Amino acid sequence: MLHLEALSNARVAPDPNTQPLDEIDPTLQIRFQLDQQDPLFARLRREAPVQFLRSSQFGPMWNVTRYRDIVDVELNYQVFSSDVKYGGMLIKDLPENMRRTSFINRDPPLHGEQRKVVSPIVAPTNLMRMESVIRREANDILDALPVGEIFDWVDRVSIELTGRVLSELMDTPKDERRLLTYWSDIVNVDLEVGGEIDTEEKRYAKLKECAAYFGAMFNERKTKAARGDLISMLAHSPATASMEPQEFLGMIVLLMVGGNDTTRNSITGGLLALNEFPEEYAKLRSNPALVEKFVPEILRWVTPVPHMRRTVIRDTEFRGQQLKQGDKVVVWYISGNRDEEVIPDPYAFKVDRANPRTHLSFGMGIHRCLGNRLAELQLRVLWEEILKRPWVIDVVGPAKRKYASNLRGFSAMPVKIRLGS
Amino acid sequence: VQVPIITFLEVTDAERRVEASVGETAMRAAVNNGIAGIDGDCGGVCACATCHVYVDEHWFEKVGPPNEQEERMLEVTTAVTARSRLACQIEVRADLDGLVLQVADNFR
Repeated sequence: MLHLEALSNARVAPDPNTQPLDEIDPTLQIRFQLDQQDPLFARLRREAPVQFLRSSQFGPMWNVTRYRDIVDVELNYQVFSSDVKYGGMLIKDLPENMRRTSFINRDPPLHGEQRKVVSPIVAPTNLMRMESVIRREANDILDALPVGEIFDWVDRVSIELTGRVLSELMDTPKDERRLLTYWSDIVNVDLEVGGEIDTEEKRYAKLKECAAYFGAMFNERKTKAARGDLISMLAHSPATASMEPQEFLGMIVLLMVGGNDTTRNSITGGLLALNEFPEEYAKLRSNPALVEKFVPEILRWVTPVPHMRRTVIRDTEFRGQQLKQGDKVVVWYISGNRDEEVIPDPYAFKVDRANPRTHLSFGMGIHRCLGNRLAELQLRVLWEEILKRPWVIDVVGPAKRKYASNLRGFSAMPVKIRLGS
Repeated sequence: VQVPIITFLEVTDAERRVEASVGETAMRAAVNNGIAGIDGDCGGVCACATCHVYVDEHWFEKVGPPNEQEERMLEVTTAVTARSRLACQIEVRADLDGLVLQVADNFR
């Protein structure tokens, strides 16, 4: 009984326009599931751009919601730390024995040393090779889609394409690609969703299976000549050849989630946006060259990673507020991406925006998304190939958004392809 | 007043000569002239590394080395060489007339 009540409480979000400012809680998952987060952030940007939230499911925190302030926090890693020893970049403080470490939750110099190991995966030459792989896989996937029948876009296209690409990057058996996207989901699923993962212990147990799977590959590739896949890169680099188990798991998880989940949700969110703004869809169909602008606009619109967490490591004044050592700070990219001060007409999805690359979806500063070019490449190639077909892809039922504030995700979206002119 | 000319070498090996203004950055000159591979996503605050260039060897000394924040960003950028700079941190000066910059992120 008690449990049920707690659950139902957790799933009702108060009206952010009538709450006292220090009680407005942007972390409530239900708002994201219902796509109702915008008014809350609009009020915070306007009235309390560096807001102190007294209490939340993740404890007290500062919420930074304006575009330029977010950039300033991200540039100042000397004060706003990502290091796992203070809690890392996750809004939720995990028990110490379940924390995963990788370069995303390290500060310089360790951050740079580890990141350098895997960054060749997105070197220009490798991206050029990946472009043809992605085009081949995209066409293979698109060719198999039914016309005139309802199917799930998330499963058939978004997960499928990003799963295949990730499998290529990690050089795992192609027929085991769904394992990767499965584990990636395990990492991010909210415990309250009520599925098989309802405790951190269960999550950790599943992720250990994932670590074992990749551990075997890692050990095998260590004995062979160095190759261009991520696992081989890790196995052959002095900085990562002998990682502690939590470091190894952290690295794998980072590459897995970063390497598919974010782009997966952008693929879904982009199609949904075109359906919500049909004139934009028509514009794009009549001028496929707009894909160049459409892709960054998808990223702004979807903001697949809605926030990151930092921790203050020395007392500092920021925009008139006194931040104390140890304070949790959350930068809300999803809010910065709707900041009227920087982005004109931010609530409109436009395939021909003047400066579509002005967005925070990759973050800024030293932790900027390593795979940004690869994400753009997947979106661009997929849409180039879609637009070569005489298709209009209609969303024919509600898109199912995930109950989560750590990722903006979709679990399903029913669509039907019709032949357009 | 002399208008400094900067030559950008694009991926396709296209040579693009653009007019720059003293005081603006090389990134701004590139973006204003649609140089492929120079995006300048962060608007020039050294936060995104989407304006990575290789300074021509004859010019490197005159342009100078990266500043500290730029070093940090270059550390997390791919395909960095000893002549890497972020164009948003190169301020155009009269004596940089003729500068040659090769676009590093030569992918797009």
